[in-house]
Amino acid sequence: RAVISVMSLTDLLLICHWVCVSVSHSTDFEVHRNWLAITHSLPVSRWYHENTSEWTLDYPPLFAWFELGLSHAARHFDPDMLLVENLNYASPSTVLFQRLSVIFTDLLFIYAARECCRCVQDQKGSRDVLNRPSFVLAVLLLWNFGLLIVDHIHFQYNGFLFGFLLLSVAKHLQRQHLQGALLFSVLLNLKHIYLYVAPAYGVYLLRSYCFTQDNKDGSVSWSSFSPLRLLALGGIVASVCALSFGPFIAMGQLPQVLSRLFPFKRGLCHAYWAPNIWALYNTLDKILATLGVRLKLLQEAGLPRASMTGGLVQEFQHSVLPSVTPSITLVCTLLSILPAVASIWFRPRGARGFLRCLLLCALGSFVFGWHVHEKAILIAILPLSILAVENREDAGIFLVLTTTGHYSLFPLLFTPAELPIKVSLMLLFTIYSFTALRKLYSGRGSLLRPLESVYLLGLVGVAFACEVAFPLSPWQQKLPFLPLLATSVYCSLGVCYSFLRLYASLLRPPGKPKQP
Amino acid sequence: MQTWSLVSMCVLLGIVVRWGVSLNSYSGAGKPPMFGDYEAQRHWQEVTYNLPLQEWYSNTTENDLNYWGLDYPPLTAYHSLVCAYVAKTINPEWVDLHKSRGYESPAHKLFMRATVLVADLLIYIPAVVLYCLYLTDGSTKKKVCTVFCFLLYPGLILIDYGHFQYNGVSLGFALWGVLALGLGWDALGSLAFCLALNYKQMELYHALPFFCYLLGKSVKLGLMGRGLFLLVRIASTVLVTFALCWLPFLSDPGDAMQVVRRIFPVARGLFEDKVANAWCSLNILIKIRSILSSDSQIYISFACTLLAVLPSCVRLLMKPTFWQFKLALVRGIQLIILPLFLKDGLLVPYAVTSLAFLFFSIYLLSALEHCSEEELRLGAFHKLLFCLPKLDLFYISVSAMAGLSVVTVALVPPTHLPDLFPVLVSSTAFLHFLGTFIYFNIVQFSEPPSRKSQKKND
Repeated sequence: RAVISVMSLTDLLLICHWVCVSVSHSTDFEVHRNWLAITHSLPVSRWYHENTSEWTLDYPPLFAWFELGLSHAARHFDPDMLLVENLNYASPSTVLFQRLSVIFTDLLFIYAARECCRCVQDQKGSRDVLNRPSFVLAVLLLWNFGLLIVDHIHFQYNGFLFGFLLLSVAKHLQRQHLQGALLFSVLLNLKHIYLYVAPAYGVYLLRSYCFTQDNKDGSVSWSSFSPLRLLALGGIVASVCALSFGPFIAMGQLPQVLSRLFPFKRGLCHAYWAPNIWALYNTLDKILATLGVRLKLLQEAGLPRASMTGGLVQEFQHSVLPSVTPSITLVCTLLSILPAVASIWFRPRGARGFLRCLLLCALGSFVFGWHVHEKAILIAILPLSILAVENREDAGIFLVLTTTGHYSLFPLLFTPAELPIKVSLMLLFTIYSFTALRKLYSGRGSLLRPLESVYLLGLVGVAFACEVAFPLSPWQQKLPFLPLLATSVYCSLGVCYSFLRLYASLLRPPGKPKQP
Repeated sequence: MQTWSLVSMCVLLGIVVRWGVSLNSYSGAGKPPMFGDYEAQRHWQEVTYNLPLQEWYSNTTENDLNYWGLDYPPLTAYHSLVCAYVAKTINPEWVDLHKSRGYESPAHKLFMRATVLVADLLIYIPAVVLYCLYLTDGSTKKKVCTVFCFLLYPGLILIDYGHFQYNGVSLGFALWGVLALGLGWDALGSLAFCLALNYKQMELYHALPFFCYLLGKSVKLGLMGRGLFLLVRIASTVLVTFALCWLPFLSDPGDAMQVVRRIFPVARGLFEDKVANAWCSLNILIKIRSILSSDSQIYISFACTLLAVLPSCVRLLMKPTFWQFKLALVRGIQLIILPLFLKDGLLVPYAVTSLAFLFFSIYLLSALEHCSEEELRLGAFHKLLFCLPKLDLFYISVSAMAGLSVVTVALVPPTHLPDLFPVLVSSTAFLHFLGTFIYFNIVQFSEPPSRKSQKKND
């Protein structure tokens, strides 16, 4: 019966994906079409030099090989999409092929979700299928609103990539560290944004895998260092990177590739500010600037023209507070993840400690990173689901972070046609996560603190104001970015709060009871 | 898990699927000069808003009945009028007399689709939820699954949200009627059903079971006493409802007759768009059209229809239980939708929703409990009806439909038989219908009086 339920679930999922086939797509659609064209029509030496289109290839080479493979299938659908000159080409066959490719690669994600569910301990008892932690996890992963929206409506291959991440985490939870390392190296070479969580992997593997034993008090036992294991890990990582970057190193194109991969010319914030600390910083800056002008402390003409919204490449400066450079964000990020990483070095808590550290690295980089995209919140939300079905406190953090994070994705779909779908799907996921987790931990009080409940209810108010009230109000013309600003700021509060709570749960000494 | 959360999740999922389908193409998109059902509905908004009531159904200089003239009863017209008022406030160009013919724009499509969704949310979905929660037996989980299957029924979704119609309204009203009858509120039930009838005359198919059940119930209660009282109450409800709906047209009998003539166009003959019925299938063997005259065709079809439903209605008269009533209501109509959908470019949603429905019917309902009487009550799911007793037949019928679907899409019909595939599909659909019809008659007549139906009797 469990099999039937899960199969029904996945069928339902595929149906939803199909239903979204006709929904309008975003610029990411053209990005991937362009990459299909580049990898198919041009020789390898031109891939990272090609710039006919503004959407240049900026993922690592393994992803380019992946696109090459897809392009061979694409040929049978519509050969015209593979011409580099066909900018913004979007025939029905093209759309169908692209959507199908996402659905197809999502199979990996489904497999990874299944592996994660196997790692979750089910309590022995007569609980029926729907209330088992593994089933709840399956639904939370497969039906993740953020993933549905970003992959199938907005269009990306995140399901595929998260499949690798979750599979690698599952392998570590199952103590198959080499496989986990292999999967992670592949993932890094597919999309380098996962460098955010590489420190967690590095330190964990070094500490818990290369040192085969711990001393009685948990500290490092230097004598148990195993060079063989270190070599094995190094070999895996090196060979994957060689496979991916090899041809480009041989052609001497490495600097060009790296410059494409890490374009620091882009501004501190994306056109729509991701809900991180810099959104709060920008808002504070704007408020101070406006106040300063009102109170005649500043000259309006002296302020730099700060246009923080819109455009591809935006460099701007803050008016009142000191400007933020990429190096500052890097330092902040490193400082924020240092305690977490140090914690699993000095006090390793097994695979679950590693997972917690991974989450903190992901969240830390989200909160303090340079040019963060709001989709990156999914890197934190998906692995947190695993902890949420096992641990009560994590479930509370999960509810806050997920609801806030998912709501912050709303501005990605801004046409009126998508409004019913995004609202219905969000409600669907939110109702399920709340009721399922509540049922899982029933009888031990509420999962959320009162302040958190108030905050989440406030989210409903913000949603109504931004989606319904604002477009019909007179301020629509004068201040068009106001709903985006409100969403960013409100969600940043939730995200930063979750970050701090997760940190507290990691750094709290084990065995100390949680304060109610 | 709590019922309300499960039900709300089913409803939300239903909304997602509906809206997803509605983002596809609609009937007659981009096909001048006549376009399709979508344009018909838009035209009715235009007509009802701009012209006085008396002219809605008549052929005047302002109202050309050949261009999608109104051919549904007055309630549809009033609904169109309400939608027209909303349309006027958003964008007057959508309902400009004459000038808005063939108007197509993304914003307008959004508006029209939204009207269908709103009508469903107000009428059909609450009826389904209440019906499944209160009038089906079984565990909560079973009821929720029933809600789920009901809401995901592909036929209705594709016709209403893909092709573009408002069947949800009339079916919803009819379902409210069934719900009321099941709870014992006969007058309200008849009120609801009259509303359904005044929305779409197709509900006449369901009128005979309603009539027979109520008549039988009144007779059972004794014609001198409670039975008579009930009969009078129902009759007056029906009359008042009809009077209220037709009130503006009653001032001039000529107007009323014109409306009736538009609603029942007996001059159109039997073959409207290759609809699945006996005549179409029979025509393959005998060229009926060439043998009989138009009038005799009508009489014969009427007689045959009456004969077909007579046994179940007689049984209902004699044994007016709610269970019998529901059996009699069973409609195996799945009119040929495939060619219609192909015309509208809706192949992908059709494939998806049909597959979805099949999977869910198989997985959920057979996993929970073996097909029992309760399953049989799920009216329109004729595919399920062959479920347990004749499992092989089920798979045969399913594969036949699937095969036909594939063939219709993939192959080009031979030139001397250009309508081969639509006719094949309609014949298969008719065979399905016939099969379920016979099956249900067997069930209805062989059902031993169980305790459940005893309870419903009181």
